[in-house]
Amino acid sequence: MLEIKNLHARIAEDGTEILRGIDLVVKPGEVHAIMGPNGSGKSTLSYILAGKDDYEVTEGDIVYNGQSLLDLAPDERAAAGVFLAFQYPIEIPGVATMTFLKTALNAQRKARGEDELSTPEFMKRVKEKSAELQITMDMLKRPLNVGFSGGEKKRAEILQMALLQPSLCVLDETDSGLDIDALKVVSDGVNRLRGPDRSFVVITHYQRLLDHIVPDVVHVLSKGRIVKTGGPELALELEQKGYADFVDAAA
Amino acid sequence: MAAVQETIDRVRSIDVDQYKYGFITDIESEKAPKGLNEDIIRFISAKKNEPEWMLEWRLEAYRRWLTMTEPTWARVEYPKIDFNDIYYYAAPKSAPGPKSLDEVDPELLRTYEKLGIPLREQEILAGVEPKSRVAVDAVFDSVSVVTTFKEELKKAGVIFCSISEALREHPELVRKYIGSVVPVTDNFYATLNSAVFTDGSFVYVPEGVRCPMELSTYFRINEKNTGQFERTLIIAEKGAYVSYLEGCTAPQRDENQLHAAVVELIALDDAEIKYSTVQNWFPGDKEGKGGIYNFVTKRGDCRGKNSKISWTQVETGSAITWKYPSCILRGDNSRGEFYSIAVSNGYQQIDSGTKMIHLGKNTSSRIISKGISAGKSQNTYRGLVSAHRKASNARNFTQCDSLLIGQDCGAHTVPYIESKNATAVFEHEATTSKISDDQMFYCQQRGLSDEEAVALIVNGFVKDVIQQLPMEFAVEAQKLISISLEGSVG
Amino acid sequence: MTIEPRTLETRAETDLAEAYYRDRDALPGGVAVAGIRKSAFDAFRRSGLPHRRVEEWKYSDLRARLKSVPAFAARRSDDDAKAALAALDDVYGAADRYRLVIVDGHFHAGLSDVAALAEAGVRVCPLAEALVEEGESLMRLPQIAAGDAATGLNAVFCADGLVLSLPEGNSLDKPVEIVHALSASAVSTSERVIVAAAKGARATVLETFVGGAEGSFSNTLTDIRAGDEAEVTVARLQAEAAGTTHVGSAVVTLGAETKVKLIGAGIGAGFARHQSFIAFTGEGSRADLLGITMVRAGQHVDQTLVVDHAVPHCDSRELFKTVVGDGAKGIFQGKIIVRPHAQKTDGQMMTQSLLLSDDAEMSLKPELEIFADDVQCAHGATSGQIDEDLLFYLRSRGIPEAEARTLLVLAFLSEAVEEIGEEIVVEAFEERIRAWLAAGA
Repeated sequence: MLEIKNLHARIAEDGTEILRGIDLVVKPGEVHAIMGPNGSGKSTLSYILAGKDDYEVTEGDIVYNGQSLLDLAPDERAAAGVFLAFQYPIEIPGVATMTFLKTALNAQRKARGEDELSTPEFMKRVKEKSAELQITMDMLKRPLNVGFSGGEKKRAEILQMALLQPSLCVLDETDSGLDIDALKVVSDGVNRLRGPDRSFVVITHYQRLLDHIVPDVVHVLSKGRIVKTGGPELALELEQKGYADFVDAAA
Repeated sequence: MAAVQETIDRVRSIDVDQYKYGFITDIESEKAPKGLNEDIIRFISAKKNEPEWMLEWRLEAYRRWLTMTEPTWARVEYPKIDFNDIYYYAAPKSAPGPKSLDEVDPELLRTYEKLGIPLREQEILAGVEPKSRVAVDAVFDSVSVVTTFKEELKKAGVIFCSISEALREHPELVRKYIGSVVPVTDNFYATLNSAVFTDGSFVYVPEGVRCPMELSTYFRINEKNTGQFERTLIIAEKGAYVSYLEGCTAPQRDENQLHAAVVELIALDDAEIKYSTVQNWFPGDKEGKGGIYNFVTKRGDCRGKNSKISWTQVETGSAITWKYPSCILRGDNSRGEFYSIAVSNGYQQIDSGTKMIHLGKNTSSRIISKGISAGKSQNTYRGLVSAHRKASNARNFTQCDSLLIGQDCGAHTVPYIESKNATAVFEHEATTSKISDDQMFYCQQRGLSDEEAVALIVNGFVKDVIQQLPMEFAVEAQKLISISLEGSVG
Repeated sequence: MTIEPRTLETRAETDLAEAYYRDRDALPGGVAVAGIRKSAFDAFRRSGLPHRRVEEWKYSDLRARLKSVPAFAARRSDDDAKAALAALDDVYGAADRYRLVIVDGHFHAGLSDVAALAEAGVRVCPLAEALVEEGESLMRLPQIAAGDAATGLNAVFCADGLVLSLPEGNSLDKPVEIVHALSASAVSTSERVIVAAAKGARATVLETFVGGAEGSFSNTLTDIRAGDEAEVTVARLQAEAAGTTHVGSAVVTLGAETKVKLIGAGIGAGFARHQSFIAFTGEGSRADLLGITMVRAGQHVDQTLVVDHAVPHCDSRELFKTVVGDGAKGIFQGKIIVRPHAQKTDGQMMTQSLLLSDDAEMSLKPELEIFADDVQCAHGATSGQIDEDLLFYLRSRGIPEAEARTLLVLAFLSEAVEEIGEEIVVEAFEERIRAWLAAGA
């Protein structure tokens, strides 16, 4: 279970305050959507969950399965089950996607005291998951994210999620840059991973993603605070009225 | 990627600032007196029972050398070398000459074992896994101590022995080719080498023969204050093929040691020579004390039509590296390649690159250079690509990439591109980058530690060159690169 | 430069030394300026003219080129200068601009729009006068330029030129053309132009180098001092007569948040060395350098530049195109330096050359010298001839070969021409390029 308690954070370099007291509880199996206008702090929240050191937590705590995440390095958080699907996946020239997948999977297994996967077993898993996401072997041989289209990058993120089997998935604007067909493939990929032991925090600007990944709870983030919480219907309301009303209410 | 994991394990298992090959072999050796004069040269020549012409050749080089001055154009700084404070000859006492393995001092065999170089043929043959076999010529200080697989190579007609032995057994071949690619007067260090070279390898692959196994020389400097001046000569006759590997290590010592080698390659019509180096001489300690001064002249002559020479180097060692393996593309349709990874850390200084001299028609060359600088090191790529008047349709592609790790190091690129033929097409690209914080964070988010992330990204950076190495060396090279960068991030 | 002290050897070197001994008392400037001239002369005395063993001049051996150095030209009367000017091509023709005229190294205020510029708030002062008032600071150059052999010689001999001062915030309504004209007799010149743009000033300066005769030797220096937030474009066109030796240095110093665009086109002279020194001294600045060079018939042209990123957060872009015809030799040398701690530097350099004839030669030396890690620097260099496939394609569509070649050369240069951004310059340059191509067809 994820518990975010009165979280305040700022940009480390210049001290700009971004998050101003976020409280959020995500229970196992739940899907929470976080919506909000540009600059409300959505992406910052995802980076802080993953442990990016560009941000400084000044107050509050993030507790995951009874343990504070704040003292953990990003790779330790990953091994603890936190996965961030990046809005802008990073390119690593010269490192084949396949190589990267295997390295990451085995690093996490090792951190958890598990044995490395044998190559045939690994390949079997990759092939199975890739097929579901319409990812070709050719794409897996290419350097990670280098020269991938927007849709390919997002599908590669979901493939990583499917392989690494995290227990907390944070999706940062996964719908951005996707056409409707790609959105369907990606959403189906996410939905296949839904289960009683896995929670999702889905960050998005638009409601359309939530037609495909139906959330249990919807939060509206504005100026670093959650200003409203409701069911899936809240997303529809936002789509009709826009953010203005909520943002004003927060001010 | 298994290699990545091994790299990581290796990095973990080694303490910072520990050069794995830094041990000293306690073995009695015979040395010529310190310093350089004609008597020393006569001593070396006599020790090796050389023909008279060789001694004359050496003396001529020495007299020429006395009139020359050290080159200063490279971006390397070091105190002036006292050429009279060096031993020019040191040989293990127990090894009068390479004989059968049974006669080799067990202490020496243990040394090579410790270095991971198998000298016992039966051990290699008895290996459980069907490994590819490599013939080794082991050079310890000034002499070759053993050459393996000689008999088997002989059956194929391939001559693989120390250059001293070649001078005794095949003087006509040596005389015909030595100095024909790197003239005695070529440069200060090559001329010095011509005067005092003590050993090195000789390879002759006859017409139409594809050498049945990889050939390898393993150079080890053990003695104190000893310079190593080896000379390697490789000749591939028409249609022949040979792949040759070279490895180097030296003990960890406080003083600097000089290494000035000359390598000459000759490829005749349709022949191909592939020359790979993993250079891991002692780089000096954390404070920049000690380490090898590595001044090397390597040049290949694509003398015949359709010939090909390919240089691949992984340079991680030495306090100073001054090295430009080059190709003279004389034969029509000949091809030269240079693939390089140069890693500098601590206070290392590397000034390395290549020359591709296009003389014949339809010649082509390719240069891929990957420089990684960390610590307080300076890493320079220096290269020349030139097309002469008659080199119609010459082609070159050059890619020079530098990766900087930390803000106290330097990466420099100095290419010279000279075209005197309008039909020549030359393309050159160079980039400089660092391992970005975003890349690091992305890898960490997927569960990799700092070290693992750096190893992964660096391996990606050098991949194009690693692929050019023979398999056995590729894994070794990856390990070496990671070890060399140990402690550079954090 | 690391060369050993030597005695002057060549006739040209002796000529220069004699010129200095003869003229030194007559050269303008106070004691401090005389001191600068003397130390620059001492450096010349030690090293002589730059030659092939001086790394920076490796491909342009000025010592071998100059057989002798004609006397430095005396000031001509305004009438003579006007006549000399009238005999030369007016590059910008009827285009609306201010015009400042230098003939044989001397500034002719009487032929220049000094009053009109004063009305626009811009001061123009003859260098000879300015050196008397504030000589020392006017002579000072950034470190990357100060050690160069040609800028050193200019310091020894610069007798005139001008200082163009744009006050803070001044935004000049039209371009200023500075004509550097050489008369038809063989003389030496060594003028210096200083363009000082104070904070936030904006201006476009057009420099044209025209005229000359067999044996003329010009060694000019333009020192552009762009203050904080200034935006300055300088377009230089060198179209001197075939037999001249032209050495032109452009030195640019950028403040903070400054933008400078330096455009150079070289088609003239028998032996030309165009060198640019770009020094970043404040953060957030950007320099764009463009070069278009076309040579043939035994011409030798050298484009050399040094870009010094001494401070963080600056961008530089260099794009140089060289077309080399029969018997000509082209050279490009470009060095990007990133000093320690100049983080977030973004420097990208591209040089491309097209060889039109079998006996054309091109030498390229793009360099990176990087001492900071968080930077993005790259360079690219290519050398080749017209693509035969493209040529065939055009011809198969009915275009005659000569015209097809012209089209492809224009296409090769177009990337650089499009970056110029100043209509008046684009027009003038395009006209020159077409004329050059037409002359060769």
